[in-house]
Amino acid sequence: MFDFSIITNWFNNLLIGCMPEWAAVLIECVVIGVLVLLTYTVLALFYILYERKLCAWFQCRLGPMRVGPWGLLQVFADMFKILIKELISLKGTDKFLFKLAPYIIITSSVVMLACLPWGRGLQIIDYNIGIFFVLAVSSVGVLGILLAGWSSNNKYTLIGAMRSGAQMISYELSLGLALMSIIVLAGTMNINDLVWAQDKCWFIFQGHIPAIIAFIIYVIAATAETNRGPFDLPEAEHELTAGYHTEYSGIHFGFFYLAEYLNLFIVSGIASLMFLGGWMPLHIPGWDGFNAVMNWIPGIVWFLAKAFFISYVIIWFKWTFPRVRIDQLLAFEWKYMMPFALANLVLMAVCVAFGLTF
Amino acid sequence: MNLLLEISNGDLAVTATLTGIGLVFAALLIARLISPKSYSVKKGETYECGIPTRGESMIQFKSGYYIFAILFLIFDVETVFLYPWATIMRSLGPSGLLCVAIFMFILILGLAYAWRKGALKWQ
Repeated sequence: MFDFSIITNWFNNLLIGCMPEWAAVLIECVVIGVLVLLTYTVLALFYILYERKLCAWFQCRLGPMRVGPWGLLQVFADMFKILIKELISLKGTDKFLFKLAPYIIITSSVVMLACLPWGRGLQIIDYNIGIFFVLAVSSVGVLGILLAGWSSNNKYTLIGAMRSGAQMISYELSLGLALMSIIVLAGTMNINDLVWAQDKCWFIFQGHIPAIIAFIIYVIAATAETNRGPFDLPEAEHELTAGYHTEYSGIHFGFFYLAEYLNLFIVSGIASLMFLGGWMPLHIPGWDGFNAVMNWIPGIVWFLAKAFFISYVIIWFKWTFPRVRIDQLLAFEWKYMMPFALANLVLMAVCVAFGLTF
Repeated sequence: MNLLLEISNGDLAVTATLTGIGLVFAALLIARLISPKSYSVKKGETYECGIPTRGESMIQFKSGYYIFAILFLIFDVETVFLYPWATIMRSLGPSGLLCVAIFMFILILGLAYAWRKGALKWQ
């Protein structure tokens, strides 16, 4: 596997060689900022096309085909269109909160994106409580949605925001518990160490039954956490116009759209890192030749392929299942998912304590 | 193993936060520069569902959500307590597992109580 820290070290030494340290750090921070910004935008554009194409194929349509070869330039046209739309300022909104909401939502998703390692040494924020930090930042995003719904001075957005708040905080529990059973298995919260611990065998195989249950719980909770699929009550268009972002126009609306797709990538990325080995290639203990061949595929490709696969599954949910009601949604979480996740955590702990893992 | 080894995580987190703020700010600036502007009284009205909105919208709202928020608080603090245990689970071994099992039992009792009281029923 290629170690990206070679490149970054070279860049660092180059800068240190020709300027004082504070200036080098400043320039590096700016470079990181620009890189994150580019990644964020490119990923969002990719995901918009990905979802549009997939949903079209699920419905036996072609999807966007006109702009560019195979509709590939459609997303750029969309982005430009949304930029040139007028930003309408409404009467009766709470102006400050109304404008603050997109900042909170986008910032939380950018910080989460910066926490994911894409390859060996290709990570920005690397706390030793990494995964816990990601979960903590993800709950800040709920605030943005609640503010957006509240400040719009609109009853539908208020209902949408309340639903979203209840849904996201509820499913955060089973999400956290599912991830915790993997932390029990690995014994660390640092995302990089988690990936390294999957060197021999991915966690979903290492933890066998409890890990597979945790994975299923995680994917369901992640679908709810991103307000997608059968759990898209906050923006149920048949009931609530467009949910919590009804009153936003132009690029203001675009921010919510962007953050939704990025959150989809982030939850898929975490699933890939925690369960499917992240950027670690598929290794089977004992099969040295096979492992060597797998090592030829770069880490980024492994990470992105796994993340896109899980996103595919989540998008598949959306176009397959009908939307649930709010009471069904909350009952499903509190009466089934949460007790199951807790029991699964205990099962995993027992397996680890008595050495029943691979 | 950071992307650039010399920078502390705190600085990087600040950088990421500023990037997020910068993204929103820059996009809004571009949109303000190139988007058309026009004014009319009707345009400033709340859209809601297309017909004129009635009454106040920022109101006290259904308490059903509030009960779930309180329940969430209890169980979220529980998960926060469980994280450190999860990290050192291996070195604690079966005795640590027993202690946490008692802790979890009390919490599950709490969930069962809430369930029995009908707090989990949507009304």
